[in-house]
Amino acid sequence: MGALFIRDIRLGLRAGGGVLIGILFFLAVITVVPFGVGPDLKLLARIGAAMLWIGALLATLLGLDRLFQADRDDGSLDLLIMASERHMLALTVLIKCLAHWTVSVLPLVVASPLLGLFMNMEPAAIGATTLTLLVGTPAITLIGAVGAAVAVSLPRGGLLVSVIILPLTVPVLIFGVSASYGAVEDPAPFLAPFLILAAITLFFAVLGPLAAAAALKSSAD
Amino acid sequence: MRLIAENLAGERGGDLLFEGLDFTVPSGEALLVTGPNGAGKSTLLRIIAGLLAKAAGQVRLEQISGGFESLTAASHYLGHLNAMKPVLSVEENLRFWGSFNGQGKLSIADALERVGLGDIGYLPFGYLSTGQKRRASIARLLVSNRPVWLLDEPTAGLDKASERQFAALMQDHLRGGGIIVAATHLPLGLGNTRELALGAAA
Repeated sequence: MGALFIRDIRLGLRAGGGVLIGILFFLAVITVVPFGVGPDLKLLARIGAAMLWIGALLATLLGLDRLFQADRDDGSLDLLIMASERHMLALTVLIKCLAHWTVSVLPLVVASPLLGLFMNMEPAAIGATTLTLLVGTPAITLIGAVGAAVAVSLPRGGLLVSVIILPLTVPVLIFGVSASYGAVEDPAPFLAPFLILAAITLFFAVLGPLAAAAALKSSAD
Repeated sequence: MRLIAENLAGERGGDLLFEGLDFTVPSGEALLVTGPNGAGKSTLLRIIAGLLAKAAGQVRLEQISGGFESLTAASHYLGHLNAMKPVLSVEENLRFWGSFNGQGKLSIADALERVGLGDIGYLPFGYLSTGQKRRASIARLLVSNRPVWLLDEPTAGLDKASERQFAALMQDHLRGGGIIVAATHLPLGLGNTRELALGAAA
């Protein structure tokens, strides 16, 4: 299992892994917002957390369709499925999700404080948004694994994956943004939505790999 | 150890490709699956590997040695695709499959030596020629310990010398008590083989 994690990290970092694509997309989305909204610093600060979350959500969706498709294209997926008695397939999926998150989503989380400055957010809001992204984005990857597994046999499944999983990621977005606002706006709570966000991630850490493994098994043809 | 199929039937896209197949392959023997294109050779191999559902009948491994739980767990599948990552080096690819599938009898360096790729293990897999890629995936069979080899056109892209080399590797595997099921058009140069001819869609 460690070997699979290391392999996927390496694949992500080497040429064609697409680490930069997610970051660049995130950067592009956040940098054009101030131009679109106009020079109202107060307004930017107020929508900052939401824009960071939307940008991160879309950037995360961007690379998800390749999660299993690359392995299917070169035949590795067959061998991963065949090894399912030695390594439970759901566990294999979970490891792949973790590796994918580490390579393509963690950099987004790391970049978000900088992009928060673009949005004129105060330090507490930046901290809270980064924290909620750190806790919430694994859920998006794990939900995405189900979509990627369902669409694995479709040649152009990329957009389909996003469309399938977007409704399921809405709760993550809602609780992530409301926890971020809770940290700075006084009457709104921070802890309650934050804990729900953590619960969503844990819930999908179990359900996502199981569902994705079932989809992969039935897709082998 | 014996690989047994009883009344096996396979279908693709709803069409029955073959039915009523019965065969037994004991340890140390190879089964050569022959037949024209579209006869269902690959389908049969994928059914044995557990990757496709069978239409009827059953296939199983009896008296499994080596602590494997089922036929799928004891099988190593070499399909049309090489299951290697082009951006990783040959050694990195093999190291991954070796540790993921359980270490075999040979080390990575030895396995590469056996297929004649000893000096280019550091190259990215994507840089190799078709025949070298095939040989690297044959080395994958050697670095993982699986008694049943399922080979789909294993010699595609190999030159004469590599074919002989591969035949010797298969002989070694059979001598060690392994089982080989190979789908092929060409004779593999093995001694103790049984042949299963899948007819044209009759």
